[in-house]
Amino acid sequence: MELPTQTFRVTRADLIRYAGASGDFNPIHWNDRFATTVGLPGVIAHGMFTMAFVGRAVTTWAGSPDAVVDFGVRFTRPVVVPDDDSGTEIVVTAVVREVTEAGLTRLDVTATCLGEKVLSQARATVRTTG
Amino acid sequence: MPLDQSFVGRTYPPTAPYQVGREKIREFATAIGATDPAHHDPEAARAMGHPDVVAPPTFPVVITMAASRQLIEDPALGIDYSRVVHGDQRFAYSRPVVAGDELVCVNTVEDITSRGGHEFLTTRTDVSTTAGESVVAVWSKLVVRGEA
Repeated sequence: MELPTQTFRVTRADLIRYAGASGDFNPIHWNDRFATTVGLPGVIAHGMFTMAFVGRAVTTWAGSPDAVVDFGVRFTRPVVVPDDDSGTEIVVTAVVREVTEAGLTRLDVTATCLGEKVLSQARATVRTTG
Repeated sequence: MPLDQSFVGRTYPPTAPYQVGREKIREFATAIGATDPAHHDPEAARAMGHPDVVAPPTFPVVITMAASRQLIEDPALGIDYSRVVHGDQRFAYSRPVVAGDELVCVNTVEDITSRGGHEFLTTRTDVSTTAGESVVAVWSKLVVRGEA
């Protein structure tokens, strides 16, 4: 079963806010000058910010903010965030892989930006009963 | 300089307790756009059976990233952090993190491998309360990129 697609917009201002809230001040997430010197096309989103959006998608699908039992991803491609007011967009989809007798639902998640997958092996297990 | 393989299996001493604040959870939830009342309103969280506001699923990284300095700053392990990119991340929860938790991290080096000129360091961080209750196990794989 395929779950409803969810989209998340991310701008430079969002990256600054996430840096402050998470404590991850790596300059590749806010400084174009630095990002390009280490070979990136420009400022990129924190991988953990992308994972947080996927977490929101998963808890929304599960219908509860405390339903996640297991959650893992591999970061495969950077999310480049342009220096403008609209930023970029991360699109999150998922399919239900398994529903266990113990009331757990296993999801295979896909996250893309500009049509390219930014995560692989993205999986979540959520509690769907009780 | 390659990572020291003898670190595989090594466990570091527990970190100093981290006090999970209600405002920190609200700040983190706001930063990721998570608007569910359980992240912001203690009454909404209590209605779900939690003692205080509930952290979003990736919140533990706030604590484990700080705790990972133990490894990153260990000169004997030899990580060149300027070459590090984040490979994998996984959380296995015993229960959600909630405001009021006092959490301790125990870092273990699970694996060090080398492939295609890059090195891969997998760490597990066991996060538990100061009373010894397991809360979440967190795995991170860091990629130390080889010299180009």
